[in-house]
Amino acid sequence: MSEEEVKVGVFICHCGTNIGGILDIPKVTEYAKTLPNVTYAADNLYTCSEAGLLEIRDKIKKFNLNRVIVASCTPRTHEPLFRSTCQEAGLNPYLFEMVNIRDQDSWVHMKEPEKGTEKAKALIRMGVSKAVLLEPLDKIKVKVTPSALIIGGGIAGMHAALDLANQGFETTLVEKESDLGGNLNSVNKVYPTHDDASKILEIKELVKSHQKITVLTSAIAIKVDGFIGNFEITVKQGEKTLNFNVGAIIVATGAKVLIPEGLFSYDGKKVITQLELEQLLKSNKVNAKNIVMIQCAGARNDERPYCSNICCMIALKNAMLIKEHNPDANIIILYRDIQAYGTVYQNYYRKARENGIIFIRYIFEKQPIVKKDHIEIYTESLNDTINVPYNLVVLSTPLIAHDDSTDVAKMLKVPQQEDKFFLEAHVKLRPSDFATDGIFVCGSAHWPADIRESISQANAAASRASMIISKEMIEVEGSTAEVDPEICIGCGVCIKLCPYNAISKNEEKVATVNKVLCKGCGLCGASCLANAITIHHFTNDQIISEINACMEE
Amino acid sequence: MEENSKSVLVIGGGIAGIQASLDLAERGINVILVEKGSYIGGRMAQLDKTFPTNDCSICILAPKLAECFRHPNIKLLTLSEVRDISGEAGNFNVKLLKRPRYIKEDACTGCGDCAAICPIGGLPNEFDANLKTHGAVYISFPSSVPLVYVIDDTKCLYLNHGICKLCAKACGTKAVDFSQKDQEIELNVSSIIVATGYDLFDSSVIERLGYKKIQNVVSGMEFERLTCASGPLGGHVLRPSDKKEPKKLAFINCVGSRDLEYNAYCSSCCCMYTTKEAMIAHEHDNSIESTIFYIDLMAPRKDFQKYIKRGTEEYRITYVKAKVARITEDKEKNPVIRYEDIKTGTIKQKTFDLVILATSMVAKEDAEDLSKTLGIELDEYNFYKGEVFQPQISSKEGIYLCGACREPMDIPTSVIDASGAAEKAAEIVMREG
Repeated sequence: MSEEEVKVGVFICHCGTNIGGILDIPKVTEYAKTLPNVTYAADNLYTCSEAGLLEIRDKIKKFNLNRVIVASCTPRTHEPLFRSTCQEAGLNPYLFEMVNIRDQDSWVHMKEPEKGTEKAKALIRMGVSKAVLLEPLDKIKVKVTPSALIIGGGIAGMHAALDLANQGFETTLVEKESDLGGNLNSVNKVYPTHDDASKILEIKELVKSHQKITVLTSAIAIKVDGFIGNFEITVKQGEKTLNFNVGAIIVATGAKVLIPEGLFSYDGKKVITQLELEQLLKSNKVNAKNIVMIQCAGARNDERPYCSNICCMIALKNAMLIKEHNPDANIIILYRDIQAYGTVYQNYYRKARENGIIFIRYIFEKQPIVKKDHIEIYTESLNDTINVPYNLVVLSTPLIAHDDSTDVAKMLKVPQQEDKFFLEAHVKLRPSDFATDGIFVCGSAHWPADIRESISQANAAASRASMIISKEMIEVEGSTAEVDPEICIGCGVCIKLCPYNAISKNEEKVATVNKVLCKGCGLCGASCLANAITIHHFTNDQIISEINACMEE
Repeated sequence: MEENSKSVLVIGGGIAGIQASLDLAERGINVILVEKGSYIGGRMAQLDKTFPTNDCSICILAPKLAECFRHPNIKLLTLSEVRDISGEAGNFNVKLLKRPRYIKEDACTGCGDCAAICPIGGLPNEFDANLKTHGAVYISFPSSVPLVYVIDDTKCLYLNHGICKLCAKACGTKAVDFSQKDQEIELNVSSIIVATGYDLFDSSVIERLGYKKIQNVVSGMEFERLTCASGPLGGHVLRPSDKKEPKKLAFINCVGSRDLEYNAYCSSCCCMYTTKEAMIAHEHDNSIESTIFYIDLMAPRKDFQKYIKRGTEEYRITYVKAKVARITEDKEKNPVIRYEDIKTGTIKQKTFDLVILATSMVAKEDAEDLSKTLGIELDEYNFYKGEVFQPQISSKEGIYLCGACREPMDIPTSVIDASGAAEKAAEIVMREG
């Protein structure tokens, strides 16, 4: 390529009147023709129309163009289109350069068209100077192992495994306990149906008997190497060590219930947790007449500022179940805000009120005080403290991250939040993905979730994972970073900065980029102390050449 | 896209339908995405920012719109509706109706020369909560996908009176086509995903709140467009009565929600979006103070409590647990709120510059019709009814639900729902081989 003479074609778009109505496009086109290496320059009414694209293809062939520039709207929407047009004409798509003269020029300089026209000339001059230095790049293709690992065999992990297996993928489910089921094994009945938890757990048998699922209980994933499509997994099960490869990983490690040591006189006897109440209810051992439940016990405070999402519904459920067996029981729920969002849970909340459960609001600043046989409750509306006798106090405590969640995070190189729940790639639009490609999250490992939320998230994570393992090969972006091992000093700055975990140190103690994981964002290149990193398609030479061209007249 | 049985029909092009389509398309399954309106993006495209990160909504959505439009496995049909289905899971025959756009989609470049010359004007733009107008040929918003104009056939001079055709003359690519007619399209698909979204409750029904009578009482969606930089006021919030900058804002939650007279359910998002709107207003003008009247603060999800705390500490938001009785206006057209302060149990009255109503998310007007066409059940609120523990599964095998068409929900929950529904739909496709 370097031997070949560089021939640049410049296509300048009027975008109807969006650009052409403001800037003097014929003048800009004439100017473009005078730039070094420009073989062809022309303006079109709409470069993105079928006619416009045809012209690009024709002129590439007719003039043997080996660089193409379109000066028009924005690469955000149109770069893929023009790149593929170049490719159709036999030109490497990375030899295309887009110059933005609409969003960043005609639209912002509407009231100063002459200056806008000069700016368009400068932008095109910069584009040409960069285009001359562009190199052809190839998209990288990697083979994919069509199977998945699910870490955690609670309700979320089991559903994710079943989903993938039903789609025909080999799935390995690793659970650290001796049985599948997770927290649900300790639950009596579930809201809002009041089915036995064991009914929901019937899925265990489906999972265990599924041809495509390998269940490893009393097992822990201890090592994960590799990358999207090709993870190398090491699992320890008792004395045995198992090694296998998968294409994707789903984290479904769940969370655990906070034991409220030191809170509200918790003693595990007269003051218990909702989980302990579940055990008593299972064996019909709840005879207390006066029962008080305290919400947000250990949550929404300075230590744990978050709301645990599921505790309000659990309290309503257990209160209603007690009322069913013992209609004379007095049940008071002390709450701050009842979390009963949506249709189903709001209906459930109304049902609890209709069933005679009493709700009293307390405030954080003056919390209920559990005395020997009564509770002192301050209520704002009375501006007074009332004393309520009790036989049993039940504390609704939040879900908290497992102790070993940080080990899992480190092993997978995925981030956690302050509260140790896993941090997804994007809170709004990528709630099931990690920023690291090929790894997904569902259930309470991500945030306290109830059964239906956990299952929904499991289905979602399975969908995301199947997008990868259904492909024989995955294709990744060609413009990536590259480290020159001769120059790298091994300081590790880039490794810490890389948001995609794409950089590591090799045996020679210098940084090396995994091109499959690299997104070409450029963070590493901009921060490299030794200038050892090249970001292909945005090389220092290319950018400096653009800056120099900008300064020319 | 190849014509084969490995396809899924997705009904509705909001964030849920888009996400479901993208998941399936990346999974190697063909998708026909049917949108009733002229563009995709739905409600999310209308929002200014999104909680709890305050990301610009259209900025994070736009790449997905483009991806959806360009994906080789997705066929997008706008201005289209499902008319009839027959068959069963794995083999549904679907009849669609595609209404005319009068603009050729493959020829229009979205330049806007047609709209610039159209002599008709002043038609309310629904996208801007009717606060902005457009002509008889228009796009709803500048980054509309597809970026193709549409002619309003009830207002176009040529279509109604046989005169004008100025747009056709102005169009440089000859994209205007008045000969387009209703088109019936038949498809065979393995499974169907319903992602039709929600409507907004009309607060004017609650007369005591004065919506549409008191000028300075607006809806949440109207306020969303007012704060948006691409909205009718370019993001500079002015109150309707005198175009003055409002300083004291009141937000009223649960308007039409958690109210047995209207909608008994909770709309899930309002506590958070009123907090967001109050924050954004304060970011525009830091002398703005907001009061949010609420029943319970629903803030159970990731970082929501932190968000409320930030609102209180950094954005001068006061939360008042209250029941609002009525809104009246004083001589300066300032709204006056009369409410029961739950904290003290007393009746109070307070004057504000502008009141924003957090209106309930309600089932789509045509939910009943579509439920009959598809043969799926609705719940008591006319949302599509899903299984209790797998709410993406409808009452009919092979038809799945996602997003706010089944229950009011926020964006991340809709995205999760969409991927979940896509997974179930993919299982049917894979089962059929």
